[in-house]
Amino acid sequence: MAEKVGVYVCHCGSNIAGKVDVEDVAKWAGENVKDVAVSRDYKFMCSSLGQKLVEDDIKEHGLTRVVVAACSPHLHEKTFRRACSNAGLNPYLMEMTNIREHCSWVHKDRAAATEKARALVSASIERVKFQEPLEPMFVDVNRATLVIGGGIAGLQATLELADAGYPVYLVERQPSIGGHMAQFDKTFPTLDCSACILTPKMSEVGQHENVTLLTYAELEEVSGSVGSFKVKIRQKARHVVFDDCTGCGICVEKCPRKVLDTEFEAGMGNRKAIYMPFPQAVPRVPVIDTESCIWFERQKCRACEKLCPTNAIDFDQQDELIDIEVGNIIMATGWEPFDTRKIPQYGYGRLANVYTSLEFERLCNAAGPTNGKIVLRDGKTEPKSVAIVHCVGSRDERHNPYCSGVCCMAALKLGHLVVEKTDAEVYSFYIDMRTNQKNYEEFYQRLLGEGMRFVRGKVAEVTDAARKPSEQGKLIVQCEDTLVGRQQRYPVDMVILMGAIEPQRDAREMGLKCGISCSMDGWYTERHPKLDPVATMTDGIFVAGTCQGPKDIPASVAQGAAAAARVSGMITKGKVMIEPIVAKIDEEGCSGCRICNNMCPYNAIEYDAEAQVSRVITALCKGCGTCVSACPAGVISGAHFSDRQIFAQIQGALWDAWQPQDAASQDAETVPVSAP
Amino acid sequence: MSEQKFEPKIVGFLCNWCSYRAADLAGSARIQHAPNVRIIRVMCSGRVDPSFVLKALAMGADGVMIAGCHPGECHYLEQNYKAMRRFGMLQHTLRGLGVEEKRVQLVWASAAEGQRLAEAIDQLVADVRELGPLHWAGNWEENGERLQALEDIVHEHQEAMEVTA
Amino acid sequence: MKYAYYPGCSLEAGSAAYDKSVRAVLDQLGVELDELNDWNCCGATEYFSQNELVATSVIARNLALVDSEHDQLVAPCAACFLNLKKTDKLLAEHPAMKCQVDAALAAGGLSYKPGRVHVRHLLDILYTDVGPEAIKAKVVQPLSGLRVAPYYGCQIVRPLNGFDNPEYPMKLDEMFEWLGAEVVDYPVKAHCCGGHMTQISEPEAFELIRRLLQSADEYKADVILCMCPMCQLNLDAYQGRVNGHFGTSFKLPIVFFTQLLGVALGIDMKKLGFGKELVSAEPVIRSKLDGSSVGAGT
Repeated sequence: MAEKVGVYVCHCGSNIAGKVDVEDVAKWAGENVKDVAVSRDYKFMCSSLGQKLVEDDIKEHGLTRVVVAACSPHLHEKTFRRACSNAGLNPYLMEMTNIREHCSWVHKDRAAATEKARALVSASIERVKFQEPLEPMFVDVNRATLVIGGGIAGLQATLELADAGYPVYLVERQPSIGGHMAQFDKTFPTLDCSACILTPKMSEVGQHENVTLLTYAELEEVSGSVGSFKVKIRQKARHVVFDDCTGCGICVEKCPRKVLDTEFEAGMGNRKAIYMPFPQAVPRVPVIDTESCIWFERQKCRACEKLCPTNAIDFDQQDELIDIEVGNIIMATGWEPFDTRKIPQYGYGRLANVYTSLEFERLCNAAGPTNGKIVLRDGKTEPKSVAIVHCVGSRDERHNPYCSGVCCMAALKLGHLVVEKTDAEVYSFYIDMRTNQKNYEEFYQRLLGEGMRFVRGKVAEVTDAARKPSEQGKLIVQCEDTLVGRQQRYPVDMVILMGAIEPQRDAREMGLKCGISCSMDGWYTERHPKLDPVATMTDGIFVAGTCQGPKDIPASVAQGAAAAARVSGMITKGKVMIEPIVAKIDEEGCSGCRICNNMCPYNAIEYDAEAQVSRVITALCKGCGTCVSACPAGVISGAHFSDRQIFAQIQGALWDAWQPQDAASQDAETVPVSAP
Repeated sequence: MSEQKFEPKIVGFLCNWCSYRAADLAGSARIQHAPNVRIIRVMCSGRVDPSFVLKALAMGADGVMIAGCHPGECHYLEQNYKAMRRFGMLQHTLRGLGVEEKRVQLVWASAAEGQRLAEAIDQLVADVRELGPLHWAGNWEENGERLQALEDIVHEHQEAMEVTA
Repeated sequence: MKYAYYPGCSLEAGSAAYDKSVRAVLDQLGVELDELNDWNCCGATEYFSQNELVATSVIARNLALVDSEHDQLVAPCAACFLNLKKTDKLLAEHPAMKCQVDAALAAGGLSYKPGRVHVRHLLDILYTDVGPEAIKAKVVQPLSGLRVAPYYGCQIVRPLNGFDNPEYPMKLDEMFEWLGAEVVDYPVKAHCCGGHMTQISEPEAFELIRRLLQSADEYKADVILCMCPMCQLNLDAYQGRVNGHFGTSFKLPIVFFTQLLGVALGIDMKKLGFGKELVSAEPVIRSKLDGSSVGAGT
């Protein structure tokens, strides 16, 4: 029996109709393409009225197939599948034709765009006739969640879920949770103490009955899919037995080896070879840095071991692999600072009193190496003038084209701290001042009032080459003041470089482990930039905080909470639908050649030695279809992407190539169709 | 049909995860490109059976694009490598059939590379435009046996290329 | 290794020491230079602003003269290097101009396809193609004890030449570290020497020269290394007048980097063109390198 196809061509206001003659496409399909029972165009197909149109036609005309030519299926496939379902038609008998993103939005010529739209619609019609009813599959959602990254975004997500009563595994690669926020002195624009608002959250996470905290640990491997991920975590050897340690700190105190702390203190202070990154660290269990420990260097010392009251030191401890099972994963892996050495003309690393913003955060932190005193590298001289350089590695096509978003406000905050703590003159060199969140502009205005000087221009260089006696012994900031229109030189004692916020160096690699992608800049790609900012293209994997793009603390917290809410919803529902797009082997025709076995990266095809046939393990199959196209006997079929469907789609897409433009559709059948 | 200007007809097989989304992104960003490629979505470039390409050429396409995620970034871990291997074999077959190499191109475009995909489409269209029409469809009508010969070749090569890794 | 060689006018006149030392050094390192037959002036910095088409055609002639045996052209002079490189790029990117230049070349029986010749600076050849291993292996007189200030000037590293950081180049610094010299990392090494400003406004030019000399002096350099005839001329020949103008007493020898590289390779100083500079370099080099052996080699 011939199918009855309904075709619906969407105007999308003027989005599609502006470049494609949608009335023509609908009319043409109705009159010329075989098996089309109804063909309509409509202003907004995705509106409730548009959906109702489809539903009514299915009921009234007994449509057996539906084609909706509108936007990308990634946007509205679900919408129209639901509409079909509502009218009693199996949702997999609907096919979407993308004539917006792939057509009207990218072509200027109306005739050419209309011609392409016809071809795409024709392709969908031919394809949909061969589509088969499918039943979605459901899997149970494991109630546990893995949060990767213990910065503020990850902490927020962890607490939201744990407080809701769900188990959470929080994995952090550093010895303590807290992230970059723990390094900051004050937060803008309120100037409240960073540690004061962060550490309560840290200890709450540390003590929460629903949280399993895995610090000094790395994500090793992820397998499975939404609802039931299997994850391997590498617990790096701390060389301190976690359960035996009381966190008394004697080992740290007695350790004779001091090293430069390039992580928490950003190179501004020291730590011991056995250490906790900072006093409020969670957990309060130190780690031994094997690269600087005297025992690991020359088998001497063991002072920590001798003095530990609970015998918790274990020099032989090895990395341990921990297997966990979770239903969802939240990536909150954060950022790392731009290497300011990449802009050598700013002198970082060469000129002593050029600082990175993170170094300066430690310098003015009351718990930092100078107890919060702002002094030059000599450790005693207070600067009389400080220059703050914005956009170091941001908005710079040689490094990062994007705006790091938070540096303007951070620069204002640092400037304020200098003004508050010293008598120094502060100059801020900016391109554009970006203060676009609540109370940010007000903060800027306040600093203008405090006497901070603002110079609009991109700094050319920071140099110690004096041209005048007044410049001797100073760092000279050379910059074109674009508001004055003149090259200026500003001799100062200290320069702070506001380095860009960059993705973690291994962000791409980590993303691959979880099956999510990065933008060109290296930020994780969200499912939709506006309407779905914490989900990703991979079901069950969410992103939160700066790993998705530069953002400030409030935005990171909001995203952490949002991701947790999404996960909560999935756990509450208990089950998650999976597309029934899987491969199936017709055992009758299988010769047992086993070629397909090696095609599958998920080991979803097993060989039955007794029956001498291969079989697809449906639960493991992800539906890529590689085995389908590899089977020499052609007996593997891929649901919803069968050879027959794709051949028909090719034929439809080329309708104007193999039949004269004015010919009636009946001729179609005379063309060879090489379906297997 | 008037013979005024040759407009190539090209079929594009784009993987669901990277290149199809790259085309979506090109749309959202309004990156204009040639309207000659008619896109067919497959779940993975690994799904592209060489016979799809031959079918498209046989049905009158002047060129074919196969697009997938970048090597190492496949949504299905490594299936685009299989697409890459098949592509080599396919090119071999096409050479044997006298089809110019540039008519069938393999392109990598991540979901973030709308610009890249648009450029690749323009490039392919320009290449095929330079080569002129393929006219395979016309040839079949003249000689029906060729279709059988063509399909035999596909199956032979399929067997040859799927050697165990 | 074999390259087409474009010496440029300066290297035949005021900067003969550069040409002499380039040839001696490359010979010692086993690099073959084939001088272009019948090359002409590159037009220096001025011609482009006079008449772009003529300037481009004049330079394109030199590119067209590179025979099919060579695909790489070396120019030691900064202005020549930049002009040749720029012209190749202009011709590739501006088809209309290429048409006109093609016609001009055709009149002389020549033709040039943009991109055929890869224009390279001498430093790039030495740093990249010859490389640290080969150079270090040939050092017979390490430069230890000698404080050298590498001076890059503007045209070799800017605009993006691809082989060094345009804002803060380091390749010449690194090369002299291979030779054992104490390299002075002074901040103005890519600042302008004033170029032809000496002919336009002496006070402006002198100020620019003074800044360079002063910074190198503050960093206690014994000698400044140049890669450009113009830079060498300004810093060396005007040093006395700069001293007079500002009441300073700089006495910094200014040499081409190939001259000192030659010393390290044990080449006779006479063969390296020493003695042509106004602030004599030989005494400093001999005293610092503590050896009657200096320059006694081949």
